[in-house]
Amino acid sequence: MYAPSFAAPTTVAEAVQLLANASGVAKVLAGGTDLLVQLRSGILKPDLIVDTKRIPELRTITSEGGGYRIGASVSGAEAGEHATLSRDWPGIVEAVELIGSTQIQGRASFVGNLCNASPAADSVPALIAAGATVVIAGPNGEREVPVEEVPTGPGSTSLAKGEMVVAVKLPPKPARTGDAYLRFIPRTEMDIAVVGAGVCVTLDEGGTCTAAKVSLGAVAPTVLVVPDAAAALIGSKLDDAALAALDAAARAACKPIDDKRGTIEYRTKVAGVLARRAAATAFKRAGA
Amino acid sequence: MAPDGTPDLKVVGTRPIRPDGVDKVTGRAQFGADFQLPGQLVGKVLRSPHAHARIRSIDTSKAEAIPGVKAVMTAADMPEITSEEAFVGEGPADFKDMSGNTMARDKALYDGHAVAAVAATSAAAADAALAAIEVDYEVLPHVIDVEDAMVEGAPVLHDDMFTSGVDPKPTTPSNVAKRMVFELGDVDAAFGKADIVIERKYKTAPVHQGYIEPHACVAQYAADGQVQIYCSSQGQFMVRAYVAKLLGIDISEIRVTPLEIGGGFGGKTLVYLEPLAVVLSRKSGRPVKMAMTREEVFRGSGPTSGGTVWVKIGAKRDGTIVAGDAVLKFQAGAYAGSPVGPGCMTAFAVYDLQDVRITGYDVVTNRPKVAAYRAPGAPISNFGVESAVDELARELDMDPVELRLKNAAKKGTKAAYGPTFGDIGCVETLEAVKDHPNYNVPLGPNQGRGVAAGFWFNIGGESSATVNINEDGTAVVATGNPDIGGSRASMAMMAAEVLGIDVERVRPIVADTSSVGYCFLTGGSRVTFATGMAVVEASKSVVNELKARAAKTWDIPVDAVEWQDGRAVPAGSNAGDFEPLSLEDLAAKSGRTGGPIAATSSLNAQGAGPGFGTHLVDVEVDRETGHVKVLRYLATQDAGRAIHPSYVEGQIQGGAVQGIGWALNEEYIYDDQGRLENPGFLDYRIPVASDLPMIDTVVVEVPNPRHPYGARGVGEVPIVPPMAAMANAIQDAIGIRMTELPMSPPKVRKAVDEQAAAEE
Repeated sequence: MYAPSFAAPTTVAEAVQLLANASGVAKVLAGGTDLLVQLRSGILKPDLIVDTKRIPELRTITSEGGGYRIGASVSGAEAGEHATLSRDWPGIVEAVELIGSTQIQGRASFVGNLCNASPAADSVPALIAAGATVVIAGPNGEREVPVEEVPTGPGSTSLAKGEMVVAVKLPPKPARTGDAYLRFIPRTEMDIAVVGAGVCVTLDEGGTCTAAKVSLGAVAPTVLVVPDAAAALIGSKLDDAALAALDAAARAACKPIDDKRGTIEYRTKVAGVLARRAAATAFKRAGA
Repeated sequence: MAPDGTPDLKVVGTRPIRPDGVDKVTGRAQFGADFQLPGQLVGKVLRSPHAHARIRSIDTSKAEAIPGVKAVMTAADMPEITSEEAFVGEGPADFKDMSGNTMARDKALYDGHAVAAVAATSAAAADAALAAIEVDYEVLPHVIDVEDAMVEGAPVLHDDMFTSGVDPKPTTPSNVAKRMVFELGDVDAAFGKADIVIERKYKTAPVHQGYIEPHACVAQYAADGQVQIYCSSQGQFMVRAYVAKLLGIDISEIRVTPLEIGGGFGGKTLVYLEPLAVVLSRKSGRPVKMAMTREEVFRGSGPTSGGTVWVKIGAKRDGTIVAGDAVLKFQAGAYAGSPVGPGCMTAFAVYDLQDVRITGYDVVTNRPKVAAYRAPGAPISNFGVESAVDELARELDMDPVELRLKNAAKKGTKAAYGPTFGDIGCVETLEAVKDHPNYNVPLGPNQGRGVAAGFWFNIGGESSATVNINEDGTAVVATGNPDIGGSRASMAMMAAEVLGIDVERVRPIVADTSSVGYCFLTGGSRVTFATGMAVVEASKSVVNELKARAAKTWDIPVDAVEWQDGRAVPAGSNAGDFEPLSLEDLAAKSGRTGGPIAATSSLNAQGAGPGFGTHLVDVEVDRETGHVKVLRYLATQDAGRAIHPSYVEGQIQGGAVQGIGWALNEEYIYDDQGRLENPGFLDYRIPVASDLPMIDTVVVEVPNPRHPYGARGVGEVPIVPPMAAMANAIQDAIGIRMTELPMSPPKVRKAVDEQAAAEE
């Protein structure tokens, strides 16, 4: 009968060694809000579970050169209560706080949300739009990659055996920059995104967009980066033409599936709608 | 006496704290899955992965060989029983079908249909045993949709099903179990008198009751053949009767102890696990506990029907409705017995029509067999009729409440299904909507207001109650109906009212099947009415006995004693001059005046008052996402007399919320193999609290003359009007008639796009 091994190391080095030496399937347990559900439903039967919550550096948010380093096991609730994080990156904090319920928020983490590799992960489009990176520890040391390079398909990541994400890094926020994340669900909470849209924009003093990044969730096998959508915003003050171009670019990027949560047609249309609405909020936050 | 002649009541109509409240909020209450017996095994069910398959053979030998596995069963371990009609829950069914639904015999008829069960010393051993059972299936073509199932050439579920109610009776089997017609007057001629005719077809999706507590039980089969069952259900006597029937056991051998029930809404008026647990206990010699997972609840237990509703109504230019015609096609799931009958009977019941006809079809499909769900059938036909009436109001440019008032059923109206209504409150609930502030709140862009009215019969039936007076003058009221909606409180209140004491001095209990007289199950909105009547009768007998004891003490005739405010007093100065004797005094002395004081009443309550309600909802539609937000919701309802107004309001609010879920998002999603894709609350979307505004209620009281305090059932009416009210509000908001449930965001967005395309 099934009986996995369980370890709760206190250092990253120890955790990496356990993961690297594991035979069979090894899974990292941060908040566990996805992993435990998969275990209970029998979808997943890992041979080893490594709990990372006892590694102190994975439990903290630190300011770093004007940006932030968020430990891999920091929960949504902890992110929401941080003194300055939601002031600087409101879109990111909103996104992580959309996951699950109040109870789930006490556990669910950015990194767990990312490494579960669901295309519908709420925090991922927001992180991508903001230009976040992750720090990955492994048998060969640490490396840093953009968030969008972690998921490779539903349930799969680019992490090699023995590797784990130890932190998310947010860059120093440029002046006149605003971010936003919106998702669509049929209800108001306790649901999984049918479509998600993250937008981050930087404006000049006159209110014209000089830089932008647009990311869409739940419309392709992985969270998408949509350069054409960003291009539609750059150089504009978010006039009707820019909004229409943004909407069209977002729709054009969608490669969704028909499933129980939404049809191809519906997801595609709503991707355009949410991109417009998220852009409007991002512009407002940037000071437009 | 109050000016209107109703008696002054001291307890009825107040809002005491419910006697079961502390246990429930502190987690001490024992629900189905909380109960344990020493040495119990874990029972689990193997379910069909196929929507329709012949079971060629089942090999359980490998499962039986697994260490820790103590029993394995299939349908071969249950008696093969012959067809016998039974009144099940709130509608008729057949014991042969019930047996087949509990455990598939020759064919698996839906994804999730039980085909075998095991009992083992651990959950892991039970899971291993399920995996080791080898079932040889011959997969057959399946049919999910009701109208597809009616087409000639559709896969036939039962080769012995020949449509009844058609003349001549068919000679080839089909999925149509039954056709029925209810008719009043001359409908075809009446349409000739109409200035305006509305005709349209509507469709609803099957929806689950969504009770929070999954089915669970513990059963023990003793060496002498006595059976103990501990379970949560809507009726311990129902469980006893069905287990006896399905397993061929004498009723006297079975004792069922009710545990707390975490919601039922009609879905626990059946047995699923109990017969299996008894068989597994008999085979293993150990108590067996079984509890469904949420996935099993969705795949294996019954929702209510989905169906199509074709409606035609004709009216005069002044708004007088002159004719109504409807055809209802309800899917019953895998066995006959959809609630299409009550769907037909309630369809036009809120209107006073001379010429009306409703035709119904009961159709089997490869889905779980439907179970009762709050006002079974009525919400489906109501969605069609009340949507059509709204369309008529628009066509006439008439206020939808005024149109309904003009045609409302009232005392003396003959209903299409036969009876002539007595005192009813249909008009009063419509008037209450007009008088409410919500009726006149200004609306913004993309906002709309919808109204719909609904009806449910309510039932009475067989009930028993025992009232025991304790030595200190407190009382215990024992009844046999599981408390789903606050009935312990209302039973205690009615007893306290008769006894003239504080409700805190009455302890209500829900007794097991061997400790109280027979009670039909908790359903049909019957308990406060029927069991309440038994409580009142038993309490009156106790009062008569108390008066007799006082008469004996005072040595005066018993008719010279009156009972006032919990005390025996002389009837007047002629009766003599005695100090009143309180209930406490009489109880303390009961040993010397004739022994313990107690009374039992068993009755078959007649005259349940029909219930009417009107709902008014405001919504805002996001045209770009298709999302519908409920802004305001008002439900008015005739409760006859609200025994405990908070629980009446709670029933109304709960029914409205379930209806909102039915309207907006709830549906079963099947893949092309007929497998259910959303067996959980993540993708089967009942509303969450943040989806909803406060549900405002107005309780109208048109007393039911057949109940001692005027009570009517209240639990079912409130789920009848919401779907049409929501559709009517969406039409008002965006000018689009949604004819199919659920009105989910993708469907609304699609309709908006089609409207835009049509306007180009």
